[in-house]
Amino acid sequence: MEHIRTTKVEQVKLLDRFSTSNKSLTGTLYLTATHLLFIDSHQKETWILHHHIALVEKLALTTSGCPLVIQCKNFRIVHFIVPRERDCHDIYNSLLQLSKQAKYEDLYAFSYNPKQNDSERLRGWQLVDLAEEYKRMGLPNSNWQLSDANRDYKICETYPRELYVPRIASKPIIVGSSKFRSKGRFPVLSYYHQNKEAAICRCSQPLSGFSARCLEDEHLLQAISKANPANRYMYVMDTRPRLNAMANRAAGKGYENEDNYSNIRFQFVGIENIHVMRSSLQKLLEVSGTKGLSVSDFYSGLESAGWLRHIKAVTDAAIFLARAIMVENASVLVHCSDGWDRTSQVCSLGSLLLDPYYRTIRGFMVLIEKDWISFGHKYSDRCGHLDGDPKEVSPVFTQFLECVWHLTEQFPQAFEFNEAFLLQIHEHIHSCQFGNFIGNCQKEREELKLKEKTYSLWPFLLHDQKKYFNPLYSSTSQKLAVLEPNTVSFNFKFWRNMYHQFDRTLHPRQSVFNIIMNMNEQNKQLQKDVKDLESQIKQHKNKQTDGVLTKELLNSVRPESPALKTSLCLKEQTLLPVKDALRTVEGSSPADNRYSEYADEFSKAEPAVVSSEYGVARMTC
Amino acid sequence: MEFSELIRTGQAQAELLRGPEMPPLRGTLCVTGHHLLLSPGPQATPDLWLLLLRSVDSIEKRVAGDAGTITLRCKDLRVLQLDIEGVEATLDIARSIEALSSLESVITSFPFFYRPKGLRLGESWHFHPPERYYKRVARETRAWRLSEANEDFSLCPSYPRAVIVPRAVDDDALARSAHFRQGGRFPVLSYYHAPSGTVLLRSSQPLTGPQKRRCAEDEELLQAVLAGARPGSRGFIVDTRSAQAAKQARMTGGGTEAKSAYPGWKRLHRPLERGRPLQESFVHLVEACGDLEQSMDRWLSRLDGCRWLSHVKEALSTACLAAQGMEWEGACILVHGAEGTDSTLLVTSLAQLILDPLSRTMAGFQELIEREWIQAGHPFQLRCAHSAFSHTRPKHEAPIFLLFLDCVWQLGRQFPLSLEFGEGMLLALFDHSYASSFGTFLCNSEKERCLCEVRTRTHSLWSGLNQPKEQRKLRNPLYAPNPLAIWPSVEPQSLQLWQGLFLRWTHPPEPSEVAWEKVWQIATDQEKTEGSQPTDSASEPQP
Repeated sequence: MEHIRTTKVEQVKLLDRFSTSNKSLTGTLYLTATHLLFIDSHQKETWILHHHIALVEKLALTTSGCPLVIQCKNFRIVHFIVPRERDCHDIYNSLLQLSKQAKYEDLYAFSYNPKQNDSERLRGWQLVDLAEEYKRMGLPNSNWQLSDANRDYKICETYPRELYVPRIASKPIIVGSSKFRSKGRFPVLSYYHQNKEAAICRCSQPLSGFSARCLEDEHLLQAISKANPANRYMYVMDTRPRLNAMANRAAGKGYENEDNYSNIRFQFVGIENIHVMRSSLQKLLEVSGTKGLSVSDFYSGLESAGWLRHIKAVTDAAIFLARAIMVENASVLVHCSDGWDRTSQVCSLGSLLLDPYYRTIRGFMVLIEKDWISFGHKYSDRCGHLDGDPKEVSPVFTQFLECVWHLTEQFPQAFEFNEAFLLQIHEHIHSCQFGNFIGNCQKEREELKLKEKTYSLWPFLLHDQKKYFNPLYSSTSQKLAVLEPNTVSFNFKFWRNMYHQFDRTLHPRQSVFNIIMNMNEQNKQLQKDVKDLESQIKQHKNKQTDGVLTKELLNSVRPESPALKTSLCLKEQTLLPVKDALRTVEGSSPADNRYSEYADEFSKAEPAVVSSEYGVARMTC
Repeated sequence: MEFSELIRTGQAQAELLRGPEMPPLRGTLCVTGHHLLLSPGPQATPDLWLLLLRSVDSIEKRVAGDAGTITLRCKDLRVLQLDIEGVEATLDIARSIEALSSLESVITSFPFFYRPKGLRLGESWHFHPPERYYKRVARETRAWRLSEANEDFSLCPSYPRAVIVPRAVDDDALARSAHFRQGGRFPVLSYYHAPSGTVLLRSSQPLTGPQKRRCAEDEELLQAVLAGARPGSRGFIVDTRSAQAAKQARMTGGGTEAKSAYPGWKRLHRPLERGRPLQESFVHLVEACGDLEQSMDRWLSRLDGCRWLSHVKEALSTACLAAQGMEWEGACILVHGAEGTDSTLLVTSLAQLILDPLSRTMAGFQELIEREWIQAGHPFQLRCAHSAFSHTRPKHEAPIFLLFLDCVWQLGRQFPLSLEFGEGMLLALFDHSYASSFGTFLCNSEKERCLCEVRTRTHSLWSGLNQPKEQRKLRNPLYAPNPLAIWPSVEPQSLQLWQGLFLRWTHPPEPSEVAWEKVWQIATDQEKTEGSQPTDSASEPQP
């Protein structure tokens, strides 16, 4: 609280981001310990979590006041005009302090209290159990076993304690291999395909330089190969572009030499590094945030940002991985440089294609826990949770979510969850409201005692799962068991609902999802009603076989139904996130859209006609 | 003329390849006067494959050894390949198709021979006469009348016999105004917006010429429009050309309304692409969509380069501007470009969809197309003579109607519950406007259709589409009547490529079709369960 000097500023204007002139809402700005809150004159609230703030800018003073622009990690951009410069300066300074915490302990999760007791909190953390998940895959078995080599994080600090390795790989081999791999991240199992007996394994790049070898590492790869009785060769996928991998050799790192490893098929798949991805997204946002953007500028910007090209590259890599397992029965070892960014993307996306379980709400949580959280994707660094090196920040996980979204677009029936689920998860990797994504690896999380001091996100999502159901989901379709996406360029498009989540004027005005969801709910309810009534009729018939009476009975019960339906709809609506509720037709008005720079000529012709209520809107639309 | 003269061969053995997702068909190939037939033999399903020759846009033949290959590119953007046994047979078939698919005569075209079971000739042709729309207007206001001054098409050959004009203007004045407008297209009522009492008019450009001529009757006509609306009403003339182009048109006898001559009216210029540039945009887009191997960058740059989505954006925002002028500003709107038969109709019909809930129903949409496109004299025969594949240099072709359908599709994407018809309807209209068994889109105007006796000798597309068996394909299962105006977002992020049309054959989105089936199922389940209830399902609360 010591950072907050002003808690309330009145007469603040919130500008419309896409309006060509200065359409705005006036209201009051409040600064709390965790949030920035704006309440406009219609009592509509805009909450901005401090941790979501990526950038605060104070622009040059104008006649109407001091502009304050806040860019958020969930792609919300707000533009305030604070009447007095001193207030603006105070808020600006406070936000600078509050949005960049120096210590983990100052993050929201450590103070967030959803009023649960300790046992509820613990049960929440146990909801996703990776030991259970490996059991589901059919492990351990005759070829794969749980290794205790990393039980105390002695071999690799950024791996979890429990790792599955080939049964024939002895501890000395593992230790030897880990010394030959960047950050000690030796090859371990990520996913096991029970029917094919093939595995997805992951690691970091070998420290091969120009000629170095490591017999233990070669043995470990051979062991992985042998653990698959169906195929004698395995794939090694280096997810980097060839050039980058070669450059790494000069630094004593590099990639596997096919001559030294027996029976491997080595493959580069060319996904760019975190720095390229960061600036690509930055360019994309610059383009899509332009006021008065033309169609032509949008598409040429989309092209030059390269973002969709990267999304396609990641998806293509996952398809390559899935095909190796499905078509060739081959195990695959995936790595990049450190094996926690591109490797996590490709392994998790590949598993998602192969295993329908990961396409359920619960399964998707498990997938994120396994391939991202437990294997040490550096959430705190990549999301910039603490004030740190901006070069470590990169939208790697966002990119993964976008790849998943593209799959849900191509296979509308293959996923139990909907877009809102992906958006909600994205919201919380940055919110620091829950403990799951805090820290960079499991060891660090244990040291922070997150399970005692914070809550897990998953039970909260599961509690609200009604919001996240895909009404079109077909869990039984055999055709959708393994997904084979088509990555022809047409299939990739700008994810408006992510990058313009909060710019509701750009959204479709009516949501198909909501209506189908409601219909589905109502169908179920009505069918239940019919059943209930039928059973009541039966009971009555037993007592008295009078047709007239049953008819009356039906009439007396029926009028309840519409009321029941109304309440259902209302309930559904309140459940939906605010932004969904706003996407209705009522939100649609010409004032929200720039149809023409000429439209203001309408009002110029006879300004007296302009009513005060819509005056501002008309002048600007 | 006998078709038999143009058919060079009886039949041949051939294999038909219909694209990546469909199995090839083998059988006997045969050319008739209007169709290409492939009969795979009685056991096969389907036992007969038919292609209307009129729908062939371009044909390419190749021979090698003793076999040949014909590639047919169709107007509905499908690409078909025929592998034919025998060089002679290949060449003969190719020549026959070439000759028969490019016949220009209307009265020998297939609709004059098409006699489907279950439909009666003359049915549905009187579904949507202008008189019917006039009745709707007359219920609301007395300021307008139905004029039959054009009974014999002498005032304006591209207008229907009856048009709706201000009551205060007599037929003689109309004749003079017609004289002052290109092609005789004097200002007529397109849409009456009851909530605001304002009107949407359309016309062609005034023939002011370099001398800046004026026409008193034309000025009176527009004056009468304002007088008939609410007191103090203003008017806007939306010119679909740039100010520069409108000025230049004076050199060739055209021009635009002078400010001083039309008090109360203000001119706005919203340039919309038409003619050859629009056709080229269409051709480039279709080319880009045919390339499945291109990189992401190449695809995005081609999508940008063809400018199709820019045209969609411009058309939609101009229509929104017109609609906004009526509903929010209480102004009367006159739309015209040069001829008033292309971009003008695009704007007036879209503005109605935005404002008028009735035009978003199945019947209302059909009426809108009949009234605002067919009877309003959009020259379908000229504009849709060729689609995107033709090698011949385009003369009058322009996909302006397709642009309209695309804009409607965008509206449907943004208001998925507010249109009673679905994507299937828009696809059907696209297909039929370029090649059809029905007579609805034949000819360029009502006058021509009368001369050819289209109404009595062909079937109407509407009666074909309104058959119960077609409904599942054409309707939107999620439709819920929406009494409000629908204001779309026209930001580039909100507009999408119409994949269902441009990638229909190259890249069938199969999983989403299955999903659509599921939507239908959920929606019809809803109707069924609700059907068992006595309560009024129309009052169903929709969130």
